[in-house]
Amino acid sequence: MNYIIDRRLNSKNKSTVNRQRFLRRYRKHIQKAVSDAVSKRSITDIDKGEKIGIPAKDISEPIFHHGKGGHSTGVLPGNKDFVAGDKIARPPSNGGQGGQGPGASDQGEGMDDFVFQITQDEFLDFMFEGLELPNLVKRQLAGDEEFKMRRAGISNEGSPGRINIVRSLRSANARRLALTGGKRKKLKKLVEQLQSEQEKDNALKDQRFIEKLSDEIEYIKKRMKRVPWLDDFDLKYNLHVKQPLPRSKAVMFCLMDVSGSMNQATKEMAKRFFILLYLFLQRSYQHTEVVFIRHHTSAKEVDEQEFFYSRETGGTIVSSALKLMSKVLDDRYPAGEWNIYGAQASDGDNWNDDSSVCSELLINKLLPKLQYFSYIEITPRDHQALWEEYEVVQANHPDGFAMQQIVEASDIYPVFRELFHKKVA
Amino acid sequence: MTNPANSLLTNTPISTDSEWTFELIDAYDKAIAGIAKEYRLDTYPNQIEVINSEQMMDAYASVGMPLGYNHWSYGKQFLNIEQSYSRGQMGLAYEIVINANPCIAYLMEENSMTMQALVIAHACYGHNSFFKGNYLFRTWTDADSIIDYLLFAKNYISECEQRYGLDEVENLIDSCHALMNYGVDRYKRPYPLSAAQEKQRQREREEQLQKQVNDLWRTIPTHAQDEHVSEPIRFPPEPEENLLYFVEKNAPLLEPWQREIVRIVRKIAQYFYPQRQTQVMNEGWATFWHYTLLNTLFDRGLVTDGFMLEFLQSHSGVIFQPAYDNPNYNGINPYTLGFTMMSDIRRICESPTEEDKHWFPDIAGSDWLETLHFAMRNFKDESFILQYLSPKVMRDLKLFCIDDDDQKREIEITAIHDDSGYQKVREALSRHYNLSIREPNIQVHSVDVRGDRSLTLHHIQHERKPLGEQTDEVLLHLHRLWGFDVHIYSIQDDKVSADFHCPKTEEPSQEASAIIPMA
Repeated sequence: MNYIIDRRLNSKNKSTVNRQRFLRRYRKHIQKAVSDAVSKRSITDIDKGEKIGIPAKDISEPIFHHGKGGHSTGVLPGNKDFVAGDKIARPPSNGGQGGQGPGASDQGEGMDDFVFQITQDEFLDFMFEGLELPNLVKRQLAGDEEFKMRRAGISNEGSPGRINIVRSLRSANARRLALTGGKRKKLKKLVEQLQSEQEKDNALKDQRFIEKLSDEIEYIKKRMKRVPWLDDFDLKYNLHVKQPLPRSKAVMFCLMDVSGSMNQATKEMAKRFFILLYLFLQRSYQHTEVVFIRHHTSAKEVDEQEFFYSRETGGTIVSSALKLMSKVLDDRYPAGEWNIYGAQASDGDNWNDDSSVCSELLINKLLPKLQYFSYIEITPRDHQALWEEYEVVQANHPDGFAMQQIVEASDIYPVFRELFHKKVA
Repeated sequence: MTNPANSLLTNTPISTDSEWTFELIDAYDKAIAGIAKEYRLDTYPNQIEVINSEQMMDAYASVGMPLGYNHWSYGKQFLNIEQSYSRGQMGLAYEIVINANPCIAYLMEENSMTMQALVIAHACYGHNSFFKGNYLFRTWTDADSIIDYLLFAKNYISECEQRYGLDEVENLIDSCHALMNYGVDRYKRPYPLSAAQEKQRQREREEQLQKQVNDLWRTIPTHAQDEHVSEPIRFPPEPEENLLYFVEKNAPLLEPWQREIVRIVRKIAQYFYPQRQTQVMNEGWATFWHYTLLNTLFDRGLVTDGFMLEFLQSHSGVIFQPAYDNPNYNGINPYTLGFTMMSDIRRICESPTEEDKHWFPDIAGSDWLETLHFAMRNFKDESFILQYLSPKVMRDLKLFCIDDDDQKREIEITAIHDDSGYQKVREALSRHYNLSIREPNIQVHSVDVRGDRSLTLHHIQHERKPLGEQTDEVLLHLHRLWGFDVHIYSIQDDKVSADFHCPKTEEPSQEASAIIPMA
């Protein structure tokens, strides 16, 4: 007896567990490949999946086997012109036979890397693994985004699909009882009278009285029947209400210096940093907004395009950006509802007497509302007044403020990891 | 078509379209089953499962086990297959067949109707009857209980993972896998068990084993034997080639659950052992039968010319053998060798030449079906080739024999497909399929029971072949299982030619001094 079974609809990801085991085992390799990839990628495809290569020797499963050398015989097919007794030169080490001919060294150990693809999700997992957003996550009941339907008792109105049958019939029953109460009482009395009348001796029976009673009973019964069994206002409906789901929201402020001293390369680096931060926030919060603020001597809120690509020149007053940020916060992002993150990128130039204003602004106005503020200085040169002022801020607010220096594009990811690495409580 | 005998047959083709349906698969299966019966193919019931390519990759990755325990190496396998498949470097096999009762065959949904019929003939009647008939499978595997056992193994291992942690279990399985090829009994016959029995026995075994191990390692002397203690104890009394078995029974530090996992890996190795020994025969048998069965279908007018063309094209692809100097050459194709030999046996029986009568006096002219069944049942690759490789096959495949000695500068052609060479080529090819020559011969030699408990293995060298460069790594795994020092000595002509130790020993100076005088 043979069976033919269609298994195509069965789950096809039988190997998922094994695949995850594999990723788990080679975590370190993958982590390294991911971090290399992040530095190399262009900004637009920073969050795609990635091809991961692991050296074959790291991944091999060793077994006992024969090594090179010794005496072996073999049988090969496709003889063309050999006859017994022929001697041929040993081919350069391709078959794993003996000899260490010159020139074989390149290929000798040239086992290819074991290459495989990880998905975008896995890539991001590895990219942000071990990182966490500092400080608490505020969840906010925002009334307009996502809802869940929740039962909220019984109502008198609703769509036919929601009828609650038990409740409806129960209320119909009550109504019928209420509406017929007086009549039933009367009926009971009449029936009793009729009975006692009928039990009397035939001689004493008042036939007309009996007839009258009977008529009246008939009449009341008819009246009672006329009470509707189910009336419109008996109908009860299950009531569902929309309830807003608590969601976490975050806003990220990108602050960048666009003064003359910032060239395109520096801006590009800042942009990479902002994108990393944005991706990271997106993973942690369901809803993330970004505010771009650029500044030279005065600050301006701009859109992304303008933020990264328009050119400005002039001096630098960093505090202008912080002031604007504070204003935008007050106007649009009440600290009670939003998780607020700030990221500032600059090359460290500032009017000398402005730096102290900046630190004051940060300490007094911004940091109390912010979850985290990170400052990166993109410069190969020595630090200036701003950095020194900020160092003081950091010393006072080690939880909410962090700063790092970036010299080359390849520093960005390590610095990013440094800024957000998981702190052991 | 002009043959009047043919016109008498009024059969209409089962299908004319290349699309398959379940009804058609059933119809083909019935037709093929009928013919298979005429050829006396005795099979387990078939369970034909249609799957898609992703599921096929899953099946591949778990090395053909329909349910395997979880391990990273299968994940690696899967990623590898997925990668090559998605890049188009590799096609997937048309089928996978599992030696179980009922015999499970996976068909890919992408196959055309012709391919499905081919696969049914190949897997469900070819491989299936081989599994049921061949003596190795009959002796060493138990088709009735394998699925049950795999299920037991999967559950047991995942239970262990929960109880003792993923890493712990993974490391243990790594170590067992490294020694998997040395986890087979070649001579002792295991007995079949059902899953329930297995579970029951597993509990008893745990207790029992631990008792025995404890006994062996008892350090408190029993007073009656005090005088004999000075006598060195030889353990094991006989060398043991089943390393995993030895570890399972005797490793001093393993927990009972660890012994059970060692046993599981060992059992699975044992289950696959016959497949490794009969690759040529198994594939040859299946290929011969799909060829014969489908041709018979055609002779009876059950399939169309188009069907046959597609079938033959695919068939000739399967049995294609590139020559040794072809860039695509990748060893002798077991399908080619097996199919050619099986067809040749039929030829020898049906129309023997003078040469055949000289070489195969006992089968030339005999009933071919009888002879073929006999060959299938009673041989493995090594002995099959030694018995049946005919001069004609050697000529057809142009086989020649080389001799590669690292003490000589050149490779010598020792024999080719001619009168003086047939015997040599045949013997050399048969040796090539001898697993005990292909793999290093390593045995447990002794255990220092009363000393440092170190385990000593001997590698009996064959033709001066040394151990490969992974030996140290494998030794690490063995060391993990054994728990104490492990040594291997390669022995050639009663001399130690190489030694490996784990942990890497002490006194490198002594080793160096041992080498210097020799140089």
